[in-house]
Amino acid sequence: MEDNHIITLDHISKSFGDSLIVDDISLFIKKGEFVTFLGPSGCGKTTTLRMISGFEMPSKGRVLLNGKDVTNLPPYKRPINTVFQRYALFPHLDVYDNVAFGLKLKKVPVVIKKRNGKEVTKMKHLPAKVIDQKVARALKIVDLEDLEDRSIDTLSGGQQQRVAIARAIVNEPEILLLDEPLGALDLKMRKEMQLELKEMHKKLGITFIYVTHDQEEALTMSDTIVVMKSGVVQQIGTPTQIYNEPQNAFVADFIGESNIYSANMVDKRKVRFLNWTWDCVDDFEINENVDVVVRPEDVILMGPRTTNLIGTIKSKIFKGVHYEYTVIVGKSELQARDTRDLKVDSHVSIKIDPQNIQIMKKQYNINAFYDAYITKDNKVAMTDDEFECDLTQLLPGSKIDDDGYLVKNGVRYNLTDAPVAVEIEIKAIALSDDISASEVHGVIINSIWKGDYYQVLVRSSSEEDYIIDTQDSWNINDIVSIIVKKDDIKLRLKGDISKYEEDA
Amino acid sequence: MVKKIFANIYIYLILFLMYLPILLLIVFSFTDSTNVGVWKGFSFDLFPRLFHNQEIMVALGNTIIIALISSIVSVLLGTTGAIGVFYSKKRNKRVVEAVTQIPVVNAEIVMALSLTVLFVFLGSMIFKTSLFSFHTLLIGHVCLSLPFVYLSVKPKLQQMDPNLYEAAMDLGCTPRRALVKVVIPQIIPGIISGFLLSMTLSLDDFIVTAFLRGPGLLSGDKAIETLSTLVQAKIKKGPIPPELRALTTILFLIVLTVVVIVAVYRNHFAKTFGTKKNLRRLRNVR
Amino acid sequence: MKRTLRFQRKYLCIPYVVFLVLFIVLPIVLIIFYAFTDNKGFFSFDALVDFFTTPTKISILLNSVFIALQTTIICLIISYPLAYFLANKKFNRNGVLITLFIMPMWINFVLRTGATRDLLTWLGINGGKVPYLATLIGMVYNYLPFTVLPLYTTMLKLDRSQIEAASDLGATPFQVFLRNIIPQSLPGVVSAATMVFMPTMSSYVISDTLSEGKITLFGNSIYISFSNSQWNTGSFLALIMLIIIFLSMLVTHRFSREPEARGGTW
Repeated sequence: MEDNHIITLDHISKSFGDSLIVDDISLFIKKGEFVTFLGPSGCGKTTTLRMISGFEMPSKGRVLLNGKDVTNLPPYKRPINTVFQRYALFPHLDVYDNVAFGLKLKKVPVVIKKRNGKEVTKMKHLPAKVIDQKVARALKIVDLEDLEDRSIDTLSGGQQQRVAIARAIVNEPEILLLDEPLGALDLKMRKEMQLELKEMHKKLGITFIYVTHDQEEALTMSDTIVVMKSGVVQQIGTPTQIYNEPQNAFVADFIGESNIYSANMVDKRKVRFLNWTWDCVDDFEINENVDVVVRPEDVILMGPRTTNLIGTIKSKIFKGVHYEYTVIVGKSELQARDTRDLKVDSHVSIKIDPQNIQIMKKQYNINAFYDAYITKDNKVAMTDDEFECDLTQLLPGSKIDDDGYLVKNGVRYNLTDAPVAVEIEIKAIALSDDISASEVHGVIINSIWKGDYYQVLVRSSSEEDYIIDTQDSWNINDIVSIIVKKDDIKLRLKGDISKYEEDA
Repeated sequence: MVKKIFANIYIYLILFLMYLPILLLIVFSFTDSTNVGVWKGFSFDLFPRLFHNQEIMVALGNTIIIALISSIVSVLLGTTGAIGVFYSKKRNKRVVEAVTQIPVVNAEIVMALSLTVLFVFLGSMIFKTSLFSFHTLLIGHVCLSLPFVYLSVKPKLQQMDPNLYEAAMDLGCTPRRALVKVVIPQIIPGIISGFLLSMTLSLDDFIVTAFLRGPGLLSGDKAIETLSTLVQAKIKKGPIPPELRALTTILFLIVLTVVVIVAVYRNHFAKTFGTKKNLRRLRNVR
Repeated sequence: MKRTLRFQRKYLCIPYVVFLVLFIVLPIVLIIFYAFTDNKGFFSFDALVDFFTTPTKISILLNSVFIALQTTIICLIISYPLAYFLANKKFNRNGVLITLFIMPMWINFVLRTGATRDLLTWLGINGGKVPYLATLIGMVYNYLPFTVLPLYTTMLKLDRSQIEAASDLGATPFQVFLRNIIPQSLPGVVSAATMVFMPTMSSYVISDTLSEGKITLFGNSIYISFSNSQWNTGSFLALIMLIIIFLSMLVTHRFSREPEARGGTW
């Protein structure tokens, strides 16, 4: 145990009823760090935070604070304060009383001299004067000096946010927890507060643990980012590490824009994807199936040359400084960024520097597709493989109306062409040699005996790879139908659903 | 225009008819006759006579005591109940809420009889003595108003930010303290309206009182008489006793004063401070 | 599990739940038990057989349903236009008038009933001469505010723009009323009806006072069983009442979108 580990999570798990929300997480947080838990909603990041603050007790595992087991310590006994998502300010108290709330409860040992000369230590409340000073100082830190007497509901969202921060830091906690504190603010306020929080972290010198689903926020503010998915830590690292060296396709997809492909190591430091063999810098075993990620800004577009891979520009969007291009290469798409204005439908050759091809171990525990989209028939398409899916999972409480729109509370969403990430459990895919059993067909390219089942790799006609656990044995090069039940397709919308609102 | 005149005539005619019986009692509370409709000259005599009428004063006292105690008990039980149920598991919550609805939809007389049967049963099978007393009466009145306290506190809990309680604990409150310092202030309007509702229901009740009363309170060894039971006994025999006409006048004046004060208070504040926001601000002046 | 026993908020409901079980659930169970036993505690259908073979008891039930229906309809007819006018700001500024309609409810209900009886006697509508009419008037007097309130709250929520749109599209005022206002206010009508129907059937004081004991309604017969300590008969009657309440709840639940209207009217 190192001295500077303020928080250690030791194999903690948390389940509510039957659902496992946090699955065996172990990590440590260093004193004074700005740590961010980042992940899509439902990934268990808030639950992890609540176990640190003491609002939830882990089903398994221990939480250590400065090396001491605090797993069962209630929140009011932990030197930790929280800034809540929707602030949770006390509406019946004014700004001063909100900020002073914790101080008024605090008792400190005071040495009192008795008449007989003996000295006794008694626990006493802080004197009003001290409270006044501390409140004033905290309000100064958050720039709200003159608002002491204001009632909470006369404050703007940003001001309430600041009061919430002041209320937490005034208690001089060792750790400040922030649960998506900027979620309710508009974009401009959010950027401002990001910088201020970072500044405050420097000034106060205490540990900040921050929870967000916004990757940009995480990259801007954190010393360390913990990327989570389905209750499992995917990667821990500095923002640069996370961005430049994502450990798996999920992290690559979640952080920033990226092109992700299934690939194969064809030789030493040679990887094949997009039907082309590329030089790379990562050492993997020859013939290993891997995932590669290439950031759009690392794709170099040049005039057509026979020595390079050739693609066709399908569309472009002007983004101010640069253009965003979608380039068609064979059956796949490639996102690229370039400051030059190139013509749609023109041919370009594609170059990627070897150090910009990030190769990641392939995950054999799940089928994940990061460049899928919704078709106009409300199916989900991975390149050209279309499957029936349940769109209502994207918005709890929604329905599909007669016209095929997603509806909730009278608002219609048109999800045609919306980009989504798709996950399918490897046990959820069935194969059949009956060609009419599904519209999606593929060829068995690999089959490994795993002791009591086969793990089969199928490449579909649109060159997507599917991993399947099955009891049946298949021969390489068999042509099969790929069958997935509607409910087994898990979708995650990229970006906010409000983008897809239909105008009335 | 025609519509407006018609509407006004209609409204005030119904209003007049509705107040007519009470107005009649009020008018004839200023004359010393045995029956309404017989005017025997203007006099205030009925008022001192009312205050010297031992029977009525005892009943009035009993009514107020029962209303106060039963409302306090209802508020305590109903508020803690609403808080506890609110934080319980969904399934348990649904069961308790369904049971809470029973006394709301049930006929008062069925509830009164079922409680009577319960106390008769317990009295004869277990305690071997009559249980009917102030306590049974109190239980009856609490049954009457408890669900309404629950139902007026519940929406306040639903409106409350669920993180407030946690925020209080985060800042160092023990769970009990967090309840008192944060949760209770948030739901206090619900508690107050629950209390007022309980008072109204209890003050007005006849059936439950008639079924469940026993000896006690100001009535001593005799069965507890409340205003309702006393008036009922009197009007079964003949017209409303003259002193009760005076009482009606006083009750009407009290109700009227309260209503006017509330209306003026609201209006005054609305005019002076305009918005609800400012009203809150005023409250927060330390 | 390493869970320490902490104070938990949900434990606060224990006294409430205990109270409900002891004084709401248990009494109803006892009613059912008493309804099907004789006075020695043995299982018996005596009360049931007695009820269905005594013509007077059946007629009391039918009479009560009839008078309850009449009261409900009269109350609705009077208060529907009333609520409609009151919901209009032109007639009811600041909601003062609606307060005036509720105010009598704060004066003791038995006293009010007595006053109504004395008034009717004075006017010659004597309980001794016309007990049925007197009872009906008494019922309407007492329950009118209970119908005005729920109707008023639904009328306040009427989508006026829809009404304007309808008349804009050429609907006559009568058509607007039929096609727009009535369907929109239906939940209010249903909750108003439930607030009158059940209490009228089970009321005791009003019919006893205004008919001078000449009309026996269902509530009165339960009261009589109570006065005579006939627990088995009384329990059976109460059980019938419970069943009727349950059935009417089922019916109204289909129409009413505001299950808590009753709690919210205060």
